[in-house]
Amino acid sequence: MCAARNPVAGRDGLAVLDAEEIRRALTRIAHEILERTHGGGEIILLGIPTRGVPLARRLAALIGEFEGLEVPCGSLDVTMHRDDLRLRPARALGRTDLPAAGIDGKTVVLVDDVLYSGRTVRAALDALTDFGRPRAVQLAVLVDRGHRELPIRADYVGKNLPTSQREVVHVLLAEVDDTDAVLIEDGGQP
Amino acid sequence: MKRHLISAGDLSRADALLILDTAEELAILSDRPIKKLPTLRGRTVVNLFFEDSTRTRISFEAAAKRLSADVINFSAKGSSVAKGESLKDTALTLEAMGADAVVIRHSASGAPHRLASWVKGSVVNAGDGTHEHPTQALLDAFTIRRRLKGLGGAATRGEGLDGIRVTIVGDVLHGRVARSNVLLLSALGAEVTLAAPPTLLPLAVGSWPCSVSYDLDSELPKSDVVMMLRVQRERMTAAYFPSVREYSRRYGLDKARMARLPEHAIVMHPGPMNRGVEIAAEVADSARSTIVEQVANGVTIRMAVLYLLLGGTEFPEVTQ
Repeated sequence: MCAARNPVAGRDGLAVLDAEEIRRALTRIAHEILERTHGGGEIILLGIPTRGVPLARRLAALIGEFEGLEVPCGSLDVTMHRDDLRLRPARALGRTDLPAAGIDGKTVVLVDDVLYSGRTVRAALDALTDFGRPRAVQLAVLVDRGHRELPIRADYVGKNLPTSQREVVHVLLAEVDDTDAVLIEDGGQP
Repeated sequence: MKRHLISAGDLSRADALLILDTAEELAILSDRPIKKLPTLRGRTVVNLFFEDSTRTRISFEAAAKRLSADVINFSAKGSSVAKGESLKDTALTLEAMGADAVVIRHSASGAPHRLASWVKGSVVNAGDGTHEHPTQALLDAFTIRRRLKGLGGAATRGEGLDGIRVTIVGDVLHGRVARSNVLLLSALGAEVTLAAPPTLLPLAVGSWPCSVSYDLDSELPKSDVVMMLRVQRERMTAAYFPSVREYSRRYGLDKARMARLPEHAIVMHPGPMNRGVEIAAEVADSARSTIVEQVANGVTIRMAVLYLLLGGTEFPEVTQ
């Protein structure tokens, strides 16, 4: 791991994963998903906007590469189900785009970039209930930074990243930010 | 976003686009098995209707319920207003009941503006006299964008109505829909033309951000959107045109006139329609007509408005 100040445009912070490492982590997660779901026959990958969506697409592409499977892939916006809506001005909504076949009886793998308090995932679980009844729900994240506030854990983790709550974790992905990297920045305030 | 939605003129282009984009995301709700979101649970929305209305009241009610808000319907008929209670006292009563938002329709222009100074919650104008009807303009803009800028989806996000030519036809003088639409559509970049007999145009129309024509036929070939307004006979206290038949001949949209529109053009009407007066039945029922779509989009756009006004912090004083 390179521990130098990161040169990534516009972002200050310590790089903890570079593009190669992100690719390797996703490759491993893709294999783990296949293993845990016995070949990935009945799975749906749902990314949580913004950066969970490209991650879900990448995982779907990798699974397709390994097993020749076309894995349905979509996005699930959880804004309307969040528990902190009243703490901030109303925010713009992200896209929800579920595979036409629905999620009933399938294994849904939620994909997000960073797992922190667990509240986003809680909201995602609530949102899913309105769409149907999956057989099982699993969670894949690129970075688990700890500090959970709810009894939630990830099934697939790209990297466990012990952080302090003062720090900010930035996940940059080529689809959104033109580059792949995970950075840690000292946020200054607790 | 401001705390209230009183006039379409209060909305900047960015505000309007935020509402349209939010509505775009909420539109998928109608395809879901459970058409409900928990977002406004525990919030109370009061529908305060001093004037008759079917679609607007039902639309606001459906929108609030789909966001899980509690809805109290208040119509002037059969209430203390019939006993002479003033708007202010009614407002204070609602305030005491803890209304988070008041959706008001009133026959007096400016009533929502007054109400906003008496209540703590958000005030949404659902039509005041001959002044404004901002959510109607928003749903019209939403319908135009969906039809003419690609059928929804992420692609239309952040897109305005630039370059779209809209002709609004008919009773601009008594219609609040026209004023709101002129303000909103021009803020979104559309070119708006009003086509009406001189007697049905307000005096101050020169200061509106639109052009004016007395000849509908010359406007039709260059219109992407024709919006027919209802002839509001209940508000007409004098003879504004010689006869309904003459009005219909000059400003009504019939099949022959529709044929002069460009291939892609759409026909809109805010409802309720006077079939055979401003719009012929065969036009209203044609594939170009978006009238039913407008009603469906109305619920979506009102959900977006209620969410943006009530979904965040209690008092988002700072505009974005």
